[in-house]
Amino acid sequence: MNTPTQYCTFHVAGLFLGIDVLSVQEVLRASPLSRVPLAPPTVEGLLNLRGQIVTTIDLRRRLGFAPRAADAEPMFMIVRTADGHVSLLVDSVGDVLELTDETLEHPPETLPPATRSLIRGVHKLPKQLLHLLDPEQATALAAHAA
Amino acid sequence: MSNDLQQQFVQDMLTESHEGLDRYDAAILLLEKGNAGTELMNDVFRVVHTLKGTAGCLGFHQVEKISHAGENLLDALRNNQLSVTPGITAGLLKLSDALRRLLQTIQATGGDKSDFDLTPLATELHDLRENPNATAGAALAPAVAVSPSTGSVPAPGPTAEPTATAPAEVAPSTAWGLFDDTPATPTTPPNVSIPTPSVIAAPSPAVAASAEATQQPAATANGSPGTANATVRVDIGLLDKLMNLVGELVLSRNQLMQIAQSKHLTREAVNEVSQCLNLVTTELQEGVMKTRMQPIGNVWGKFPRIVRDIAHELGKSVRLETIGAETELDRTIIESIRDPLTHIIRNSIDHGIESPERRLAAGKPAEGHILMRAYHEGGQVNIEIIDDGAGINLARVRQKAGEKGLLSAEDASRLSEREILNLIFLPGFSTAEKITNVSGRGVGMDVVKTNIEKIGGSVDLHSTAGQGTTLKIKIPLTLAIVPALIIRAGGERFAIPQVSLLELVRIEGKAAISAIENVYGAPVFRLRGHLLPLVFLHRELQLPAPPETAEPVYNIVVLQADQRQFGLVVDQVCDSEEIVVKPLGKHLKGLPMFAGATIMGDGRVALILDALGLAQRARIVSEGQERKGIVNHNSAAANEVGERTQLLLFSIKGREHLALPLDQAARLEEFSVNKIELSGAREAVQYRGRIMPLVRLSRHLPGAAQGGSGENAQLQVIVYQRAGHAVGIVVDQIRDIIDDRLEIQPGSASPGILGSAVVQGRITDLVDVSGVLRSAGIPLAA
Repeated sequence: MNTPTQYCTFHVAGLFLGIDVLSVQEVLRASPLSRVPLAPPTVEGLLNLRGQIVTTIDLRRRLGFAPRAADAEPMFMIVRTADGHVSLLVDSVGDVLELTDETLEHPPETLPPATRSLIRGVHKLPKQLLHLLDPEQATALAAHAA
Repeated sequence: MSNDLQQQFVQDMLTESHEGLDRYDAAILLLEKGNAGTELMNDVFRVVHTLKGTAGCLGFHQVEKISHAGENLLDALRNNQLSVTPGITAGLLKLSDALRRLLQTIQATGGDKSDFDLTPLATELHDLRENPNATAGAALAPAVAVSPSTGSVPAPGPTAEPTATAPAEVAPSTAWGLFDDTPATPTTPPNVSIPTPSVIAAPSPAVAASAEATQQPAATANGSPGTANATVRVDIGLLDKLMNLVGELVLSRNQLMQIAQSKHLTREAVNEVSQCLNLVTTELQEGVMKTRMQPIGNVWGKFPRIVRDIAHELGKSVRLETIGAETELDRTIIESIRDPLTHIIRNSIDHGIESPERRLAAGKPAEGHILMRAYHEGGQVNIEIIDDGAGINLARVRQKAGEKGLLSAEDASRLSEREILNLIFLPGFSTAEKITNVSGRGVGMDVVKTNIEKIGGSVDLHSTAGQGTTLKIKIPLTLAIVPALIIRAGGERFAIPQVSLLELVRIEGKAAISAIENVYGAPVFRLRGHLLPLVFLHRELQLPAPPETAEPVYNIVVLQADQRQFGLVVDQVCDSEEIVVKPLGKHLKGLPMFAGATIMGDGRVALILDALGLAQRARIVSEGQERKGIVNHNSAAANEVGERTQLLLFSIKGREHLALPLDQAARLEEFSVNKIELSGAREAVQYRGRIMPLVRLSRHLPGAAQGGSGENAQLQVIVYQRAGHAVGIVVDQIRDIIDDRLEIQPGSASPGILGSAVVQGRITDLVDVSGVLRSAGIPLAA
């Protein structure tokens, strides 16, 4: 029950988010992206990950936030999903936190419908709330939009 | 013995047996034709015997039992105690089917227990041996040595195995169970080795079998576990070469790393290493490609059997000839052409080849002939399937297409021969009179075409009534690495596979200002007299347009998609490169204009454009009408009221306003007068290596000024093509190509004129080409 889980935390437009560290493969600094014309808006482009072509999804757009400033240097978080690797574009990456289910709560009902399916739960940390992002949902729904 | 080792044995047996059975089938077919030598018979016998031995050793008693029955029969044949009858070969082929089925069961379940009852086959094989005359044919050799056995030799129960009265050698079960420590073995009955006088021959295969069994663990290096599909056999020499290349690659890497760390980074040093790397990589690429290459004969090997079975079923006699079985293809492609080829062969036998009586009546040999030929050409593999059957009955195809509502009767009557032939690729089309086991379910050729196109290939069909049908398939050598053209549009790089590329056109300077015209707002370019629809890549992909310049420059990449050509206007043509095709993630699957992505030399990703997808997006080939497009393509012919028609406008002296449906003009050419020669009494020119007769339109149209045309030093010729024959129609001036909705009135019934329409404010007569050619005495092959 209370086995701690490690979460890789990151920020997107002021939101403090986390993903189970086991589904995160690696984090990259700015890399050249190739845009995909006519792709769904959440798809930011294609990334060359050591010879593998990885689709990059902009989490800001995915979560319904305003686009980041032009001079911001986003980071790439490569996550493993059932359909292979997907790269998530985040504003910055934080620490890895070890948390137990004691602080976990269901997301409030009042969340906007667009994000409700993406947030699996909320950890109540002393200073702020950590939103647990569901990597499958975050990447899968983008496919629907296509 | 560990379980793993047991598993390994089973896998080895499966692989070897599949290969052996393929050989077996081929040999039995030769046997059926009566040209099997002793060597061949021995080989066949050995296959079954080895299978029996190995299966017994591994505890697969069903396999063992049925092989045993077959072995007995084969041995009698081998020793000339029996002679080959159709019944025997049929029985022997059934044996290989049964064995294959058992092997599949073993592969799937690990055991050979299946609901498939082998008893009837065992009995049949036994009866064939005992009484070959009962089935068919006459035995030449008296069955002297056939022992008066109890008649239950191949019977199902292991205990029912009797000892024959003939000299028999009983091998103890331990001989077979030598390498098997599973509890299954003890139930193995004492094996009766072949009850024949030829005692010498009998033990030797047994020895061979067990010797092989001992070698198995050592043979794992080249012996492949799994089925034929899951493994590839690689030549040891090639493997060594690859290892050497990898060694060189490692050395190059070390060198490169040293250079990168050294303080004096010189251009020369980097150049040297990069050259070395380039060489090694290229060789490595070729080498690895070779390991993936398989001769197409691997697929063809199954066809003699298929041909025989289908021919028998349909009461036809067919001989299959193959040329170029050694032609190599990437194994993934080999797999994907297996089914289409089988389908085509079935079709050929069912629809193409006539019954022996009909063939004789038509003055052909009773035996039909199918030729399969494969060869490399221009980085692609061509496969032709040629039969000498009845050919495709165009009238019937027309009629059927009408009946099935695939096109109107009126349309049907207007289609060219080639287009009619292409109708058989439409979904839901079948001309078979009745639905047979073999074909006529109306899914056939459509699926063939789709499957071939899926791997980037194309299918082409030619048929001559009464003489046969030729089906030509073109497929790429490999799908993994393809040559491509790199282009730029809207600041992004894209790759276009060379297979869909026809040519590159660059227009600059003054010519560029007026080069691009509009047909109802749709941009077109005149490419050698043809209107080429243009697609601006940056517009299609919603990318920023290139900066305007005073003198526009157009780079047109002429592409072919589903038999349509279109010009893709790009900002810049870069280079051609070999690219490695990588699939796109599922998020981008909904974008048909991209076939995948690749990584460029600078490490960035470039998208691969798909010509067909682009054409669909740009409505050059509309998705729903993709197939129908072939049909409708030319049906916009002269007398269709209110439909869009493309007309070629031209003039001769005295008749300034003439027109011809553009589809009828294959090309526009200019010939200098001194190129004209005489062929018979007719004027002709040499055109593309053939003789093309010339028809001076002025001599066949009333009202034309006689002797008017032909005075120019250059002849304007419209090349009209029909049934493979080209005819040149000499006119004075080509004026324009228009694409308009026209109302054509049958009006003036003068010879050579089909009707009239108002074009650009002038009454324009439509020339009846076939009428003109008739009056010129040029026969038109129907």
